[in-house]
Amino acid sequence: MALLEVKDLEVEFPLGRITLQAIRKVSFSLEKGERLGIVGESGAGKSVAAFSILNLLSRPGRISGGEILFEGDDISKFDDRQMRSIRGNRISMIFQDPMMTLNPVLTVATQMIECLKAHRKISKKEAWDISVSKLKEVMIPSPEERMESYPHELSGGMRQRVVIAMALLTDPEIIIADEPTTALDVTIQAEIMVLMLDLCKSNNVGLILITHDLAVVSQVTERIMVMYAGRVVEEGGTKEVITNPKHPYTRGLLKALPQENTAGSRLNQIRGTMPSLNALPKGCAFNPRCDFATKECHQVVPKLEGRDGHNTACIHLEKIPSFKSELGNQ
Amino acid sequence: MQATLVMFVISLIGFSIQDNLGDPLRELVGQSVSEKERDALRDRMGLNDPFLVQYGRFLSNAVQGDLGNSYFFKKPALEVIARKFPATLELVIGATFIIIFSSVPLGIYSAIKPNSWLTRFILGISIVGISVPVFLTAIFSIYIFSVELGWMPSFGRGETTAPFGWDSGFFNGDGLLHLILPSLSLASIMMPLFIRLIRSEMMEILQMDYIRFAWAKGLYPKRIWFLHAFKNTLLPVITVGGVQVGTMLAYTILTESVFQWPGMGFLFLEAVNRVDTPLIIAYIIVVGLIFVVTNTVVDLLYTWVNPTVKLVGQKS
Ligand SMILES: Nc1ncnc2c1ncn2[C@@H]1O[C@H](COP(=O)(O)OP(=O)(O)OP(=O)(O)O)[C@@H](O)[C@H]1O
Ligand SMILES: [Mg+2]
Repeated sequence: MALLEVKDLEVEFPLGRITLQAIRKVSFSLEKGERLGIVGESGAGKSVAAFSILNLLSRPGRISGGEILFEGDDISKFDDRQMRSIRGNRISMIFQDPMMTLNPVLTVATQMIECLKAHRKISKKEAWDISVSKLKEVMIPSPEERMESYPHELSGGMRQRVVIAMALLTDPEIIIADEPTTALDVTIQAEIMVLMLDLCKSNNVGLILITHDLAVVSQVTERIMVMYAGRVVEEGGTKEVITNPKHPYTRGLLKALPQENTAGSRLNQIRGTMPSLNALPKGCAFNPRCDFATKECHQVVPKLEGRDGHNTACIHLEKIPSFKSELGNQ
Repeated sequence: MQATLVMFVISLIGFSIQDNLGDPLRELVGQSVSEKERDALRDRMGLNDPFLVQYGRFLSNAVQGDLGNSYFFKKPALEVIARKFPATLELVIGATFIIIFSSVPLGIYSAIKPNSWLTRFILGISIVGISVPVFLTAIFSIYIFSVELGWMPSFGRGETTAPFGWDSGFFNGDGLLHLILPSLSLASIMMPLFIRLIRSEMMEILQMDYIRFAWAKGLYPKRIWFLHAFKNTLLPVITVGGVQVGTMLAYTILTESVFQWPGMGFLFLEAVNRVDTPLIIAYIIVVGLIFVVTNTVVDLLYTWVNPTVKLVGQKS
């Protein structure tokens, strides 16, 4: 049994007369200590998928179908009290912008100690000591002093280190990180990413990493899931998917990456943009942007299928040339 | 520095309106005195001097704590006001307590449960509160609680004691009982504003990422609402609160006159009726001073709650 197993998850946003289906039949799982990357363009539903795990959807979002099994229990059916024992205790989150995630009027110490006290019977002194040791783990210099700081007194990178330390406080099984480095200075992004990777490995913590950045995913995660318009279009071992992508969308994302050998030439962006959820095309949602689209693509929603854990949702897999030969043709 | 400037402007305004208030001599000496004698008297009082000379004299006296003698009481205006000051202060304190202890819980509740029937009720009542003028509220509450039910006294301060050297109604039952209706009426003007302000600010804060993060940390809901969200909500509320002190002082005049409350506001109305110019000016200046002092306190409070601002000169 996987540690976390999401089955046929459906999330909707009822907005008055229309209801947006933000997540459609999304399934994935995570083993203990495993690292999964979720990629896709803006609006693909990555954050919604992540927040629904902890039932923290912003209003008026709600889970309308499927199961979220954590150690076999369907936590999507948990009440608030049961959910509280999971949040920040067994599963932690790291948000995008550390300036926005730390409360501006409370000290680092207050915000760390409260997290421990919410989940354990523990004295303030013990909570303080654990907090300091976690700050050391994320390599914050003079952690005792930093405990007394307010968020605005720390740099962006320091703040995100504090957030990471908070996520690790209760020794959770899983950390969900939603674009943890996007808001940071480019120069420290890699540093923070490496730190997270090391900490996840050394603590044997599972990681769900949401990002736009395929390069980061390939360095950090073992498996990858590509989302498009609320559905999974391709999933598999990270190395396998990156070197041998099958779905035209995944290929498009990879081709858009700046390559060393094509430095200077213009980037190959996928044409068009992701359709909005209230105007999804019929059939495969990617069809208006796809070079291989046929009439059939406008009629059926492709199933996610494949071999050896590498699954793709495309009906034209046989027709599409291998990725290497396609790259060679350019 | 800024405060000094504000006080200077207030004194100038206060002083310059005296010409428009009518002739103080008419009140002072009555009809029987001849025009010539009146003019001599004006000369003696300095009322015929040029404006700037009069103002300069006024200002130099003022900084020494002398705001002139009340024409009616024949005593220093400041002393007359000082004796009425505790009554008004207690009224304002009473109203402030009522405002804080009602609008904070109601505002928080209506932000947390925006769709409950109680929230609708609170908001509905507060619309009524905004649109009913204070003297109506006051008269209505007198009618119900004093006339019909006979629970409350309808006017005056009741018994006062002076354990700290000034007359206070805080330290005996009768004084406190007299305080209830006037401070409720005074509070009723401001309460709706604060309930709505706290509610809207709190609802905005509840959407912030750090609140969602607090939920993701698995904190107790109480801690998220009352510490994480409310402490941030307080910042704009404190700012508005500082400004509203002025409004509140203005409304003490109305409340005090309806309840015959022997405070500064009541005194001020009487002074206006008697064209007791020194007293009027002294009142304006004292109120200005109160305003400046409370705003300084509010600034300090703001700095204390919000760690991201530091007062000038304080090292960060
Ligand atoms: N609060 C909300 N109200 C209505 N619709 C929402 C809300 N939050 C998300 N959605 C819908 O869900 C879709 C997916 O949003 P989501 O935030 O998961 O995208 P994402 O993949 O995380 O994108 P990004 O990379 O920009 O973070 C959005 O396109 C939007 O239509
Ligand atoms: Mg997102």
